[in-house]
Parts: sequence; C-alpha cells; structure tokens
Amino acid sequence: MAKQIPLVDYLVLGDAPHLVAHECASCGARFFDRRNACASCSGTKFKSVDVPTEGELKAYTIVSFAAPGVPVPFVAGVIDCGGTSVRANVINTDPDPEHVKLGMKVRLATNVVGTDDEGTEAIGFGFEPY
Amino acid sequence: MAENVWILGIHMTKFGKHPDKDTVDLATEAAMGALNDAGVQMKDMGILAAGSLMGAGLGMGQSIQKQIGQTGIPVYNVANACATGATALRTAVMSVKAGESDYGLAVGVEKLAGAGLLAGGARKSDENVFTPSGRYGAVAPVDGRIGTETMPGVFAQIGMEYLHEHEYGGEQFELFARISEKNHAHSTLNPLAAYTKKMSLEEIMGDVMIAYPNTRPMCSANCDGAAAAVVVSDSVLKKLSKEQQSRAVKIAASILTTDPWEEACQVLPNVNTLTRNAAKQAYEQAGVGPEDLDLVELHDCFATAELVHYDNLGLCEPGGATDFFESGATWRDGKTPVNVSGGLESKGHPIAATGIANVWEICHHLRGEAGDRQIEGAKVGLAHVIGLGSACGVHILEKAA
Ligand SMILES: [Zn+2]
Repeated sequence: MAKQIPLVDYLVLGDAPHLVAHECASCGARFFDRRNACASCSGTKFKSVDVPTEGELKAYTIVSFAAPGVPVPFVAGVIDCGGTSVRANVINTDPDPEHVKLGMKVRLATNVVGTDDEGTEAIGFGFEPY
Repeated sequence: MAENVWILGIHMTKFGKHPDKDTVDLATEAAMGALNDAGVQMKDMGILAAGSLMGAGLGMGQSIQKQIGQTGIPVYNVANACATGATALRTAVMSVKAGESDYGLAVGVEKLAGAGLLAGGARKSDENVFTPSGRYGAVAPVDGRIGTETMPGVFAQIGMEYLHEHEYGGEQFELFARISEKNHAHSTLNPLAAYTKKMSLEEIMGDVMIAYPNTRPMCSANCDGAAAAVVVSDSVLKKLSKEQQSRAVKIAASILTTDPWEEACQVLPNVNTLTRNAAKQAYEQAGVGPEDLDLVELHDCFATAELVHYDNLGLCEPGGATDFFESGATWRDGKTPVNVSGGLESKGHPIAATGIANVWEICHHLRGEAGDRQIEGAKVGLAHVIGLGSACGVHILEKAA
C-alpha cells in the first residue's frame, strides 16, 4: 500500500479516520488551525480532542464557478458534528438540491486527493450522506 | 458630550465601466463633487480618510491630495474589506467628534470592471513532494477540497444556514431569486447604477449558476466607481448659510464593529452577530428604532445576504425574515423600503466606494433630491455594510430639522 499523508494536519488517518481540534483548556472553544492563543478567552493552553465523525448538514452551497484548477460543481458546507462545526465538502452524492438537503445526516469519509513524485498519496476528507 | 457631526456634502460617480479613468480620476471626481456639494474647499479640510482596497498600500489619500490640494493635513489610508468606505467615513467623523478637525473628507474608490470571481485565487499546481505548510498543515490547496473560499459560495451558505435555523416552507432558490428581482426592479429608477435593467424571476433563475442558490444576477456586480463625503461639526455648521444648513444631514449614529468569537465563526464567517451588535449600538446612539426608518440600504453583496440582514438589523421579528420579505415590506412601496438604489446586485459594488455610496443614497432621499425614486417624506435612514473578515459599519442619518 502506498504511503499516505493527510491533506491537513487535523485529519487523523488509520483504521478510524477522524478530525482533531485544539480545545482551549480554559473555555472549551475549539479550533482547527495552529493557535497562538484562544480567540474566545485569550487563554494559551490547549488540548487535542477528537471530533465526532457523524453530524448534520447545517449550511451548504453548490459551487459552479471556482478559481482556475478547482473542479466544479462541488458541494461545500458546514457540518454540525455534535456541537463542533466543521467546514467540508459533501461527497459521494450528486451535487444538486434534490440530493443535498439542509439538516441531512452525514458522516466523515476520506478520498485520495493526489500523489506526489515519491508515490505518497494525500488523503482528504468530506462528509457523505448515510 | 461630544458634538454632533453632519454630512455637509456628498457625491458618488456613476457606477459602471470607466475604461478611460484611473482610480485617482474617479476618487478626485467624487472628492471635488462632495466639496462642491458642501460649498467648501479643500483648504478647509482638517482630515482626509481614503480607501481603495485593490490599491491598499499605495497611498490613495496622498494621490488625491496631489491632484486637488496638498494642504499638509493628516491622511488616513484605511482598509477594511467591503466596509472600507464606511471605515473612511467613520474615521473622518471621529476626528471631527474629537474636536481635532472642523471639517473632514472621506473618499472610497475602486476599479473592478472586468474583474473575475473575488477571492479563492488560482490554485497552484500541487507540490512535487507533499510537505505540510501553513496554519492547517496542508499539503495541497484546500479551496474546493475543504469547502469553498469564493464569496458567492460563502454567502450562499450564510443564507442557507438561515433557512435551516428558521424553517421555510417555500422553494429556497426562488425565495432568494425574488429578493434579486426586487433590487433589479428598483435599479431601473437609478441613473447612477451599473445595471438598470428590470429582470424577471425566470431570467434571474435561468441565468448562469455561480454558487447555488446564487445565480449571476444575484451576485454583486463588479464595477468601477467612487464616492466621497464632507463632514462638519455642529458648531461650525451653525455659522454656515441657511442653504447649507437645510441640506446638511445629521449623522445620528456612526458605528463600526468586528465579529466577536462564537462557535463556528472561524469555520463559516458569521456576518450576523456583528451586524446585530452594530445595529443595537446605532439605534441606541441615534435614539431611534427600526420602526422609525423610512429606508434602508443594506449590504446585499449576494441575494442570500440580504435576507439575513432583515433580521440582523431588527427590521422584522426575530426569525421572521422570510415572512417579512414575502409581505412586500422591502419593496420601495412597502413598510421599510430596502435597497431602493438597486443594491449591490444592480447598482454595483466598487468595494471601497460602497460604504459611502450607501450613505449618499440615504442622504439623497432625506434631502428630497432623489428624483423619480424619491421615498416621499423620508426623514430617517440606515446604511449598512459588511466587510468579510469581518467588519460591519452602520450609519443612521436624519434629515435636518
Ligand atoms: Zn478559551
């Protein structure tokens, strides 16, 4: 099997792929990016927490026009994963309003984004209806 | 108690394509227009605040001075995304309010005609060897792979999120298209708008889809334009002519907010809370409520955005934006006319000019000078802009007594 690397550092690969967030130790605010401090309370201590892999689609758009090099159409949305909001594409479904519904249940799924010159696969993620 | 501040003169250029003019030409046209409208001169100004987002860092304020008067006054070149114009105006207002200047000049200008999709940028080819970089440790560009960074897509989600939180029984796409239909209908009465063609619901829904549910005519129009305003203190205004006093428009509130942290705000920009906060502060400062507004110019950068701001600005009952729109309240003959200028979808959105152009529209009605599109008897109006990132500007304007 090819060597794999996650598309972003907050995606954990392996048998049970999932997302991790930086949770502020003082106020519980969660972030996916590298932190200097907390935007909610300015605290500087964080712990790593697993984000639920199932959630509900609370906002979406179907993008037909994007920057050069971005394949369209695709569904971009926000998923409420047990109280933690996640930005992701909705994948493994037709990109039209008949198949994508506000409030629908979705779960994390991974996909191969590309392969580099050393044969390493970049693995991305999206959320699929179930 | 700080002094009241008034708009003494204000001007906007025609929005649209100006291939033979550069940003300095447009900015000076607006600035000289505002000075002329005010009946004062560049040498009277104590402060100049200028914004040009695409030319940020180039010193637009000094470029304007070099054409119309290098008087040595302080210049503040400001940038706050689509709230840049409102930020320039607020900067001039603060200087007058603080007693540092008798008069201030605020200018916003942009040249965008022919510009493509904003934000997102071209995706670079993927690296030869994957190496994590940036704040998310990404090994390849994420736009289009992890959601969208395009403005039409971001604001589409903001509108859809509202319909998720406040269940809507009707057809979602058509609802937003009808908001656009209203603004395009309004634009037919505005000779300064970039697009003044009435569009049917079928034409709007059948046009090119950009980011569902926003089709092309439901997106703000990229165009060229500038707007400028001269502000003056209460005490100086009292010494001016009767005509100047009667045409002056009181800035009853001038507010700028940013987005306070809350869950999800770094996942999908939250344009709601900062607008709510700005509106609340503005109503308090002005001593008026949403029911007192004779007209509103709000930031309809996309049709999906207009809906949420009915609620954010308190124009309707909480959660009642769809019912409010469907009652016809926001058409020009409705209870609270919204975007009688045609809004950003038809008037156009030369980014840094927008925050002053919205104020110009309100002033035009309060002065009774809006011609065919005059809202009769208008006494109080509100102008709102949002710059993603985010910043929100709200100005409440009142007709001179
Ligand atoms: Zn915190």
